[in-house]
Amino acid sequence: MRPEARVLRLAPSALMLALLALLLAAADLWAGDYVQRIVIGIGINVILVVSLNLSSGFTGVFSLGHTGFMAIGAYAASVCTLPVALKAVNLPSLPGWLSHTALPFLPATLVGGIVAMCVAFVVGISLMRLKGAYVSVATLGFLVIVQVILVNWDQVTRGARTFAGVPPFTTIWNVWIWAALSVYLVWRIGRSPFGRDMRAARDDEIAARSLGVNVLRSRLLAFCFSAFLTGVAGSLWAHFITSFSPKSFFFVQAFTVITMLVIGGLGSVSGSVIGVFIITVLSEILRNAERGMDVGSVHIPPIYGASQILMAILFVLIIVFKPAGLMGGREIDLSSVIRRIVPRGWKGKNSPGTAKNGPGTGKNRPGTAKNGP
Amino acid sequence: MTGPELILQQLINAVSIGSLYALMAIGLAMVFGILRLINFAHGDLIMVGSYVALLLIVLGLPFLIAAAAGILASTLAGLLMERLAYRPIRGAHEIAMLLTSFSVTILLENLAIILFRPTSRPFPAPAVLHAVIEAGTLRLAGLDLIAIAVAAVLLLALTLFVTRTEVGISMRAAAQDLLAARLMGINVNKVIAAAFAIGSFMAGVVGILWSARVGKIDPLMGFNPVLKAFVASVIGGLGSLPGAVIGAYVLGGLEILLQGLLPSALTPYRDAFVFVILIALLLFRPNGILGSTEKEKI
Amino acid sequence: MLKLDKVDLSYGHVHALKGISIEVQDGELVTLLGANGAGKSSILMAISGIVRPQAGSLSYDGTDLARATSFDIVNLGVIHCPEGRRIFGALSVLENLRMGAVRRKDKQDARADMDFVFSLFPVLGQRKNQSGATLSGGEQQMLAIGRALMAKPRLLMLDEPSLGLAPIMVQAIFKVIRELHQRGVTILLVEQNVRQALAVADRGYVLTSGSVMFGGSGEELRANPEIEKAYLSTVPEMKPQ
Repeated sequence: MRPEARVLRLAPSALMLALLALLLAAADLWAGDYVQRIVIGIGINVILVVSLNLSSGFTGVFSLGHTGFMAIGAYAASVCTLPVALKAVNLPSLPGWLSHTALPFLPATLVGGIVAMCVAFVVGISLMRLKGAYVSVATLGFLVIVQVILVNWDQVTRGARTFAGVPPFTTIWNVWIWAALSVYLVWRIGRSPFGRDMRAARDDEIAARSLGVNVLRSRLLAFCFSAFLTGVAGSLWAHFITSFSPKSFFFVQAFTVITMLVIGGLGSVSGSVIGVFIITVLSEILRNAERGMDVGSVHIPPIYGASQILMAILFVLIIVFKPAGLMGGREIDLSSVIRRIVPRGWKGKNSPGTAKNGPGTGKNRPGTAKNGP
Repeated sequence: MTGPELILQQLINAVSIGSLYALMAIGLAMVFGILRLINFAHGDLIMVGSYVALLLIVLGLPFLIAAAAGILASTLAGLLMERLAYRPIRGAHEIAMLLTSFSVTILLENLAIILFRPTSRPFPAPAVLHAVIEAGTLRLAGLDLIAIAVAAVLLLALTLFVTRTEVGISMRAAAQDLLAARLMGINVNKVIAAAFAIGSFMAGVVGILWSARVGKIDPLMGFNPVLKAFVASVIGGLGSLPGAVIGAYVLGGLEILLQGLLPSALTPYRDAFVFVILIALLLFRPNGILGSTEKEKI
Repeated sequence: MLKLDKVDLSYGHVHALKGISIEVQDGELVTLLGANGAGKSSILMAISGIVRPQAGSLSYDGTDLARATSFDIVNLGVIHCPEGRRIFGALSVLENLRMGAVRRKDKQDARADMDFVFSLFPVLGQRKNQSGATLSGGEQQMLAIGRALMAKPRLLMLDEPSLGLAPIMVQAIFKVIRELHQRGVTILLVEQNVRQALAVADRGYVLTSGSVMFGGSGEELRANPEIEKAYLSTVPEMKPQ
């Protein structure tokens, strides 16, 4: 490819990254604690949703229990990073070598991701053969199994009690580096032949098989890699919130992530990011409402679960009116956005596709709407 | 207690809990059969009925009347759910409908938490339900016998309904082939509403029996039962009514069996084992016990 | 009388019907011919209210079908016997027939109609209590037609009744179709078996890629060399009974 063309192709995403870095720096330096926490939260959610998109959106195999991998990542990494002194107090019966080590953040996070990935492999071998509703319920069963183990494996998890004292290693920067990495990786996988195979299998399994696509293997790989990212997100979250319990990783959390995914549209990476933003911002607003607020002279009393209720309603609305999500399975076409802003002629020849063109769906295929949630 | 008596005792336990699961699972199966919808909010119907019954008991009404009112409330709630949440999305993708039912669950549970506070409340059941009949060395709880009897009666009534009445046969026809049913002029809206009504009614009954058994109710009480009901349906074959019933009793038996066989260190993990067994079952019989074992031929 | 005027129908981006105009008078047997995907089944689906056209009008005896529900359309007497038979396999033959009559209020007449169906298709009478799934292809087609008859059709729409059936079954089915026609039942017949269809039809339309290529009386179509070339040359000789 001609060097100029290459630069032009990378320009939009380089621009995006630069913009992102600037925003993060601004938040880091000037924003208050509250805003910083929201920024970190968005970053973690981006990783969760994008990885769920990889597993469910691209393959069509809807995993309802992905939060289980987040829990595994969180607990595994935290057990690694918990200071030795605390371990002696809180986790007295840890096996020898674990109780004497405290790993730094990155290795621990990787451990979290890898453990989640290994579990995904074992679980996936059996689950990825199933179809439709059956696999969804089976993954829900997985979530229940994880929950039961977390609550009962006292020695490692402190059971149902709070797991506290996790060192607060998470910062805006390391979260967003992981987030950017995840978005990039998932997007690239989507554009690769592997991604095409997955979507082919999602749309028509029999046809894909007859074309030689190894459906089981592609689903399993997507499942495992997405579990890795989810586990990483779990570790990041654990070191952000610094204390948690098995209850933090159950039904509601699963639903929240799924809602973000569906609002943005399955199969669309940029849609996932948009979904995260919308939900996170809305949730924050509503969380304030939950505490009760004053509008003029009217005092609105605290409404427990208002954010959840609104999310549920929003979810139903999207499914009824825009079942393919806001993006409809397509990606934001940055080149067309730039073309509209920048006067003609500046970019020379129109490049057919820019960095952000998503998983091969520039046009609406006849079946796209059907392939929504 | 001798060996055979112990087995008999456990058998009665298994049949009793299986009966509750069966009534729940049937409701799920009926709706799934026709609409291909997995209604997770089905569990919350238990909760609705129980709270309404509790309210009336607290107001001084006799138990039976309160229970009847609770069951009626569950039925109405189910019909409302169908009309407001599920009719607009009829024909949508399977997963979309599943997730919508999650939304309904979250809505209902949070509303309940707002109205009734998240802590559990005691559910006073009349003494007769807690009576224990002693036959030899067997101890039979009144609740167990009532659960088994009620389930038997309701299941029999349902069988007669789907084989003798026109609405019932229409329901089976619609579950078989919804398009052909529409072309025959079967009033699909009426049939679906009937399916929801019957399923919700059964859920209401389970609510009363379950609450009496556990002794307390809370806004999230529906989650566990609906999950169990769903597992039962999957074991027997999703969408099949006899399958749901068989699956329910198998599940009940499995739980009791594991409870007895697992070493005491592992009994808290019982539910995890149940799911592992479920997943294993699905590997060999991907469509449940009564489902076909045929893999798609290419 | 059934009248379609310039009906346009698209499934997403697939333009299935383009300006279809056809009509069926009372008592006629009209056949729709055409290759797979020409749009024949879509026309029936539109008439039954399963899919809605984007343009054009459909009416039966003056009632606008495009605005009516499937339930209303069946109550008008427009009965659709779908492609692939689609009988209720889990239900018995008897239950299938009962389902055909489910919308009717005149239960006495319905019972008489069931006797009529058994006289047309004696084998169904023999297998009254067997489940639909145990019937052979031809028997299932008979059941599908019988079920449609139970709905007391004023307009009976048959979608490829001969599909996948052995020649001897096809002859039996068309014998029944002929008899119904003689009894005055209005029939709209979608078929790929051109020879048999033209042998019984009063009039017919030929569809290609969503448009009506030509229409005419049975004789005109039989004599038309285009049709002769396109279809009949590959169909084995079969004498109409």
